[in-house]
Amino acid sequence: MSRRIVHCHCVYSKVVPADVKTAVLERLAGSDAEFEAVPDLCEMSAGKDPALARFAGDGEVEIVACFPRAVRWLFHSAGHDLAAEASIHNMRSSTADEVCGALGLPDGESAS
Amino acid sequence: MKPREAARPGPSAPFGELHVAVEPGGFDGVDAAGRGAVLAALLEAGHPVSRKAGAGEGALARLGSDIGVVDRAPEQVVEDVAARREAAAAPAPGAWTPWFPVIDYDRCTNCMQCLSFCLFDVYSVDGEGRITVQNQEKCKTSCPACSRVCPEVAILFPKYKKGPINGDEVKAEDIASESMKVDISSLLGGDIYSALKERSGSAKKRFSTERDESKALLERKRCLKELKDKLDIPSEVLMSLPSAGDIEERARRARAKQEERIARSRSAQDQKETDGASAKEWDI
Repeated sequence: MSRRIVHCHCVYSKVVPADVKTAVLERLAGSDAEFEAVPDLCEMSAGKDPALARFAGDGEVEIVACFPRAVRWLFHSAGHDLAAEASIHNMRSSTADEVCGALGLPDGESAS
Repeated sequence: MKPREAARPGPSAPFGELHVAVEPGGFDGVDAAGRGAVLAALLEAGHPVSRKAGAGEGALARLGSDIGVVDRAPEQVVEDVAARREAAAAPAPGAWTPWFPVIDYDRCTNCMQCLSFCLFDVYSVDGEGRITVQNQEKCKTSCPACSRVCPEVAILFPKYKKGPINGDEVKAEDIASESMKVDISSLLGGDIYSALKERSGSAKKRFSTERDESKALLERKRCLKELKDKLDIPSEVLMSLPSAGDIEERARRARAKQEERIARSRSAQDQKETDGASAKEWDI
């Protein structure tokens, strides 16, 4: 299965720095990577959104959101445990460059 | 004590029914900053976006063939998507702020203090007698009180500002930290409850002679502010703190519920085994 990126924009709170999440989104949009961007993973978890099952069980998923412990238990809370190989990138504690570097996205200059 | 806040609307419709697909070439002619601005505007308005093979199937709207992006302001794109959402009778996003506790079961010891303490019936017990978050939508927005009483730092609020309640790793000093760990008996039966009562009592006595009720009110507000600042618990929750007796009663009910669920689960298991044995006996 191909690599997939899930970006959480955490729209109902300001805890994820706006400059970080916006820069990551720009770099994603400028790349060729396939991705799914969601307004808020907490909202999806509370609603037990079936899309979480797809994210959780879909091969090499890379989740760009907040603290890994929070993300893993949010998925568990919705009844869909994340695969052990899932990667979680934390936009609350990392810079946009660090997150995009870990995702292997081209830098802002070279993105189309 | 009864919760003061009525149940709020729950989460909106699922991703699959609402997403906006970016078609191949849907962003052609738009630079990276422009693409990012459109995506951010859609997400801020509560519309999920997918750019992957087959994303157009079942999408609410497709950026490309349905809605153009070139030379258009992000707000115009959002308006078009919102109109489609309305036409599809999908619920408006953002009706509910997703603030609720998430349990870290690697740390939880099933002590039920959170269930006993929560004023809003957010917690329950599952079929295996395990604590569970059942009514997320009843949680009081911005209140992390239950995580303050958890002795194992097992309750997360992902949108909380500070660690480890926000999901950051738990360090040994967090468990020991006074600001993190608040013993339920001291929170409810001791320090805070008594402090409030005591201050209220002494203030009443003092102000009854002074005949100045506004001073009494100020004193109460000052006391509540102190507690709010210390524990980050909204004043309306502090004002509704259950008494020690209420807590004991809740704990008793929680234990009874847990025992009942476990007994029911065992009985169902026994029945299953009996049926299995009978079937074997009769060679079914």
